[in-house]
Amino acid sequence: MSTPGAECLIELRFPARPDRMVLVRETVRTAARYCGFDELTTRDIVLAVGEACQNAILHAYDNRNVGQIVLGILRSADSLVLRVTDYGETVDPSKIKPRNLQDLRPGGLGTHFIQELMDSADFGPSPDGMGNVLQMTKKTQKTGKTGKTGKTMKRGMEP
Amino acid sequence: MSEAVREEQGRLVIELGGEIDLDRAPEVRKLLLDCVGRGRDLLVDLSQVTYIDSSGIASLVEALQRADRAGLGLGLVSVSAEALRVFELARLDKVFAIHSDLGSALAAAG
Repeated sequence: MSTPGAECLIELRFPARPDRMVLVRETVRTAARYCGFDELTTRDIVLAVGEACQNAILHAYDNRNVGQIVLGILRSADSLVLRVTDYGETVDPSKIKPRNLQDLRPGGLGTHFIQELMDSADFGPSPDGMGNVLQMTKKTQKTGKTGKTGKTMKRGMEP
Repeated sequence: MSEAVREEQGRLVIELGGEIDLDRAPEVRKLLLDCVGRGRDLLVDLSQVTYIDSSGIASLVEALQRADRAGLGLGLVSVSAEALRVFELARLDKVFAIHSDLGSALAAAG
């Protein structure tokens, strides 16, 4: 899940707590604008990252206000790359999928949002051997390649 | 962050605002379920919501289901563009009754 040639814009390490997400979102919002995304796409990126971090808080750390999340924000030649790493329970990627939207119930939408909003999302165990990594990309808009073209979702995390 | 509840023509109007995320969703959920427990039809004004994620949506879905079981109506009013985007992504814009403003919501409910 490496990104050869990508430039790190900023890396955040923060406690896996719901009350820190407002700070994280503000950083992602600023980074997306910095990379030239319009306001609507910036909102989408912020939502996707929020859902990814929420998944880590709820599932890797069981919402116990323990553990750390590292958010890497990188820029490649044609994409913004957002990498969410946790150090909690490793989740089996084969058991992960977004829920059926016809099944009306509270919860379970985070993975669906990530799939819809990002051009790619790859989920797997952390190379450190503990925890999980979700890497998402969004094509930068100056190339005219935004949207769903070439979208992939190799893995996802049930929110 | 703001919440307010008032009565309009026999219905409870709940105003939610600000960012509804994993941190704030529990209190929003409690407010909504408490209001369902008051036994009146509900209208939830989302005009001042600047961010809502799956946890906030979950609170509204749960309230809708509780209201349905109680034979009550629950509609959304003046949904902000930010919130409407998320409802559309979740395909919930056809599940909830969404009214453009309070006046039309009250007329429809009446």
